[in-house]
This record gives sequence, structure tokens and C-alpha cells, in this order.
Amino acid sequence: MSIPADLKYTPSHEWVRVEADGTLTIGITHHAQDLLGDMVFIENPAAGRTLAKGEECAVVESVKAASDVYAPVAGEVIAANNEVEASPEAVNKDAYSAWMFKMKPANPGDVAGLLDAAAYQKLVESEAH
Amino acid sequence: MLKHTPLNATHRELGAKMVDFGGWDMPINYGSQIEEHHQVRRGCGLFDVSHMLPLDIKGANVRAFLRRLVANNVDKLQVSGKALYSCMLNENGGVIDDLIIYFMDENWFRLVVNAGTAEKDLAWMEKMNADWGMGLTLTPRRDLAMIAIQGPDATQALNEALPGVDQITANLKPFNAAAMGEMFIARTGYTGEDGFEVMVLAKSAPFFWKALMEAGGKPIGLGARDTLRLEAGMNLYGQDMDETTSPLESGLAWTVDLKTERDFVGRAALEKSEVTKQLVGLVLLDKGVLRSHQIVHTKNGDGEITSGTFSPTMQQSIALARIPLGIAPGEDVEVEIRDKKLKAKVVKYPFVRNGKVLI
Repeated sequence: MSIPADLKYTPSHEWVRVEADGTLTIGITHHAQDLLGDMVFIENPAAGRTLAKGEECAVVESVKAASDVYAPVAGEVIAANNEVEASPEAVNKDAYSAWMFKMKPANPGDVAGLLDAAAYQKLVESEAH
Repeated sequence: MLKHTPLNATHRELGAKMVDFGGWDMPINYGSQIEEHHQVRRGCGLFDVSHMLPLDIKGANVRAFLRRLVANNVDKLQVSGKALYSCMLNENGGVIDDLIIYFMDENWFRLVVNAGTAEKDLAWMEKMNADWGMGLTLTPRRDLAMIAIQGPDATQALNEALPGVDQITANLKPFNAAAMGEMFIARTGYTGEDGFEVMVLAKSAPFFWKALMEAGGKPIGLGARDTLRLEAGMNLYGQDMDETTSPLESGLAWTVDLKTERDFVGRAALEKSEVTKQLVGLVLLDKGVLRSHQIVHTKNGDGEITSGTFSPTMQQSIALARIPLGIAPGEDVEVEIRDKKLKAKVVKYPFVRNGKVLI
């Protein structure tokens, strides 16, 4: 599956969509779900929680393993996707529409520090070798 | 360099996701682990278990050797083809490995040992063979491949894939095996379903595998093998027991024969030991997934999960855990998962057998 060009990425395999109002929508990448396999449990951060950049804030568990999800930038959680918690397999079906939570970044400029699609593609390829 | 089974190229052609499994390049899944799990409960699944080692022991004293070597009693094996599950213990009563022993005739027993312990096992057995002056010949059978055919439709698939085998499958009871030419057909498995483990010459394995697929068998990876065996309440060596644990604290007392006077390696240590723990089943009542090494809090002290997973059949998380004695099925315990204490119920396992939930 191709890596969507309109999203930003982290080295820990989260995707980030910068919305028109400056808020961020976050999920895990197709590559991440492919590594983990069938998803069976997702726990999102509660709305209102303040996160530091790189803070462990959510958990995704497949049959095989548990994996932490990290805050891509510092900010406040403004929404969590209950539907994806109820149906974790949605992440396997389409990782880029199965968002997990939304954040308001503490500093809107921080998103510039995230990877673009080309850089993330390179990272995925380098991990495959 | 990873070791390859005779079916390695077959797995790659099928698009399997391959992983390093204790030094072996093995399929973890061919797509969805959960779908593969259901396939075995509802139809027929095929597993490449050629990483496990068949080992032939031949000579005049085989039975006498095995009487001393393993904790279960090979004198239970009197009919050719009959199989016995046993632990092989060290002098401290710890488990060197768990294995299956097939009685062929008084000069020939066949053992199947775990992949990760094969070399250690062989060295141990050769040492005992020499120390006890048994004069036996131990032959590792790496020239054989082993395919497990498991599920309610396993008999049908095997009969269709292998003309003439229906004469054997019609009469073969669980935990028995029969030879058919160069092939060895055992009604055994690691899934809690009916099925077979068939040993074939390595060079014949890819062709046989394809014939089984044409007969309706679907390839199943090691991922689903683990969830199936855990639902079936079967121990996994290295996780649920190892050289530091007693079989009596690993849910394996039923495999240790202390009724007869027979002396076997580890017996003295077991009889001196005080059993303070038990292996129990857990079902998670809160949301989450139980995993090995999570701490279990009980009213009698702490224990630990030895194997945990999400059960695709039960749609909730289950585990085996080693906890203090005196906690009975039906009681609640708490499991530490990350920063939380989640509620779990102690249950009697197996969790699932022959497609049915027993909890």
C-alpha cells in the first residue's frame, strides 16, 4: 500500500493529519499494523490529557503483541475515537481512515519537525533490510 | 543463517510472513492469524512442524532406557503405535523438555522433541545412554518433514490427499500412530481438534502439502498454532515450564508417574520438593490482553502469567498462570497490565476443545 502524500509521519510509525483548523488527527501506519497483525485491543488517551512530545499515550494490541503509541508533538488531546476501540480490526482494514485520537498542538510549528511521506517511505525501506 | 524446513519455498510461494523462530525461518501467518485460527476450529488447517525433531532410538534396551529417562511410564505403551506424552527431567526435577514417545516395537521407539531443545535433548540422552551402558543407537531424523493436519475436516482432507490412507484413518484412535510405507501417521496434535501429524520424507513434503491444500486444507502459521494450543490448555516448553520449574507446579502432575516404584531422573528431587504453586487458567473480565510475565495478585500472594493471548474463539483474553495454591476456579484475581490492575477469573482449563468453549 502506498504511503499517503498528504500526511505527516513519525519514526515510531504514527501518521498525523494536519486539519484546516490546525488540530492533528493521529493513527498508526499501514506498515505498523502489518507488523503487528490482527488487532484486538486499542486504548486511547482521554480527551483533556496534556501530552509531551514522544509520551506514551495509547496502546494497540494485536493477537501477537502489544505496542505503545507515542504523542507526535506536545499538546492536548481533544478527542478519542471510541469506534476504533470497539472495533480494533478497523486499523487492519484501513489504517489511514481508522484514526485514534485528535490533538491540539502546544506549538503549531512543531508539525514541521515530522517526517513527510518520502522520508517515511525511506525509513520503512531501511527497516526492511 | 536461519535453518529451513523442506517446506520453506512452499511457504514463500504462498506469501507467508516469515520470522526467526528459535533459529528457524518459519511462517508466522499467511495473512490473518485470526482467520487461520477459525479455519482450524471449523475446517482443516495445515501446519509445517518440521522444525521439531523426530528421533529414533533403537536397541535391545530401549524400554529400560526410557523407564529411567522420562517421568511418565513407558510401560503404559504395550501396543505398537501407541503414544505417550512425557517430561524429561533433570536431577533437580526441572523440565529439560516435553516430548512424545511412540512405541513401535521392543527394539524401536520414536520420540518427537521440541525444535529449540533438540540439540540439548540429544546430548542429554547420549550422555545417559553412555552412563547407563545401554548401548542404544539414537538417530535424529532430519530427513523427515512433519505436517500437522488439524480440524474437524482433517480426516477427509488426509484421505483425499493420500490414496489408501483411509484404511488407517478409519481405525486410528487418538494418540496412536501407524506406518504406511515410508510415512508415519499419528493421530496427535497441538490444537484441541481432531487431526494428524504425518511424517514424510523431506523430498516428498512439498508435493504432499499441495495435495492436502487441494483437498481443502489451508496453511496455518505459528501465530495461530499458539492461540489454538493455549485455548486447548496445552503447555508450551520455555514458557509454561522449563529447567527451573517442576512439572508438579506446571499443570503436568498427570504426566508424572509416582505410583510405581520405577526410579527415573528427577524423581528423588520431586518427592523431596514442596509444591506451593499451581498452573491455572485465567479469563480476563476487564478489557485488555493478558501476556506472559504479567504479575497476578491473589489473596495468597503473587503469581505470574506464563502464557497469555487473545482467544479468537472466546473473543476475550485468556492465559495460563502459575499462582499460589489455595486459589480455586471461580475466584477472582487481579492482573497488573501496565499501570492498571485488571480483574480476571480463575478457571479450569482447557478453554476450548473440538470447537466448543468449555468455560
